[in-house]
Amino acid sequence: MTTKTENRQNPAFYALILALIIMSLGPIILMLTTSLKLNVDIMSDASSLLFAPTLNNYETVLCDVLWYEPGHVDYCNPTFSRALGNSLIIALVSTAITLVLGCMAAYALVRFKFMGRGAVSLTTLMMRMVPPAVLLVPVFGIWTFNYGLDGTYSGIILVYVAMNLPFVIWILQSFIVQVPIQLEEAAKMDGANPLQIFFLVVLPVIKPGLAAAAIFTFRIAWNEFLLANALLDRGTRTVPVTIVNSLTEYDIDWGVIMATGMLLAVPPIIFTFIASKQIITGMTAGAVKG
Amino acid sequence: MKSARLNKLTPYMFLAPAGLVLALGLLYPIAYMVYASFLSWNPSQLIGEADWVGLKNYSDLLVDEAFRESLWVTMKFAFIVVFVEMLVGVGLALLLDRNIRGISVLRTIFILPMMIAPIVVGLMWRYMYHPSVGIFNKTLKDMGFESIPWLSDSTWALVSVIIADVWQWTPFIFILSLAALQSLPKSPLEAARIDGATPWQQIIYIKIPLMMPVLIVTLLLRLIDAFKVLEVILVMTNGGPGLSTEIMALRISRTASEFRELGEAAAMSNYLLLFLLLLTMAMFIYNKIVETRKEKLLAAAEEG
Repeated sequence: MTTKTENRQNPAFYALILALIIMSLGPIILMLTTSLKLNVDIMSDASSLLFAPTLNNYETVLCDVLWYEPGHVDYCNPTFSRALGNSLIIALVSTAITLVLGCMAAYALVRFKFMGRGAVSLTTLMMRMVPPAVLLVPVFGIWTFNYGLDGTYSGIILVYVAMNLPFVIWILQSFIVQVPIQLEEAAKMDGANPLQIFFLVVLPVIKPGLAAAAIFTFRIAWNEFLLANALLDRGTRTVPVTIVNSLTEYDIDWGVIMATGMLLAVPPIIFTFIASKQIITGMTAGAVKG
Repeated sequence: MKSARLNKLTPYMFLAPAGLVLALGLLYPIAYMVYASFLSWNPSQLIGEADWVGLKNYSDLLVDEAFRESLWVTMKFAFIVVFVEMLVGVGLALLLDRNIRGISVLRTIFILPMMIAPIVVGLMWRYMYHPSVGIFNKTLKDMGFESIPWLSDSTWALVSVIIADVWQWTPFIFILSLAALQSLPKSPLEAARIDGATPWQQIIYIKIPLMMPVLIVTLLLRLIDAFKVLEVILVMTNGGPGLSTEIMALRISRTASEFRELGEAAAMSNYLLLFLLLLTMAMFIYNKIVETRKEKLLAAAEEG
């Protein structure tokens, strides 16, 4: 039956799918082509598809970390390359910490029947509800006056870890529940202590869950703007903040800013292509299981 | 003996780090915000130096024109966006619910817009809406039409940010409803087909009602997220022209950083939080109702 319906699809059906693909990819491709254009080409009235691609904009953005000196850059502005480094450090460290803490907590909640799953999913939902804008005032106040962490990596990492933990705990829980208890009991018989059981038996089994959790955490830490803008200073700023700072009312250097945007978009795009299955699991789990 | 005590302590050992981070990074800030909302506080003061003003921030906000305008804009934005996205997303899912080869590739392409940074999404759309170099006005000009003031006219600006959000988030609803559709039980549909139900009847009387639980949760999730949107609009219009696209999250951040009224911003945050709390509770209660009903049905089925 399936093969028959597949063969007898209406051409309009394929046209619709094609239109949808163009619609969702169009803006991204437009950004990519713009980032490969000289400003003359961007401003010209001529067709937007005929142009000589150039890496000039990327060279301008990355001039500080390139091994050669691009000829067209008169003054090398190190802001972007520094921001890229900051973004990488902050996103990677927050993801690592969130995963470690989240795993441990999720494991304890499941195996030691600490709190019902209901309580955890309620907190997750509650946390999902809190907009970053709401955290703006208290985080700014506390981090500056109480913790003295404004402008540091650790300050922003603390916020990101806290923001992501409920979701990560919740999603890992649903994977840990599926690990057969017999596996762990067997390990215990062989004389493994709880830590060994956790690291050598449980962790390898829940790898797909870890992947989903890692991608979600990385994405939020990598993309976040508002709190980064409030907490970080000139030396520790992340890419989203520098992008917004370089947007002025008039005279935007579209080529360079699109190149920066593209660099910011590349890691999430790569993740999407290598792990779309895990991402969809993470996304649908929220709605289907509640 | 020692190992027994160790075993008893294990759960706490595993939970403590996460609990500590949550307390320091999330619970304390939220409690702090509630406290700050009763103060008249600007960023150059320590919080201890700020004056206690009681409920003044809250009552001031209620009569503040700009706040009410922003509340209204937020409502318009959130409800229109979610309505359009549900309509298009569910509609597409119903249309495309067949055996398509390469559906996983399609899904991958459709989640791209959601994975990219909101800042970048705003950037792309701001470029496309650009009055002279943007693709929309260029195309309009090539076809001989008047150009449209996408981001510089207050009505069009709201439409433009709505279009951008619909582009970014319709795939979310599409993917969820497609997943729901494809996991529907086969027997009611078979029965309907045998009884000669038309495709429309199948959709309206069988598919939609069966999908309802997932649809309602999706709707509430999207609604909650729509109230949190900030970056896309910040990059595209920064709330302007005038206050026409200044949604609540943006207003909070401006009150805190431009007007330097931290107390008022905190009070505003509390209003937003209370509202979202209501939505979340609605969702949770709905989930509970569905679950208990399912259990009752199961129990009844087992008895009979």
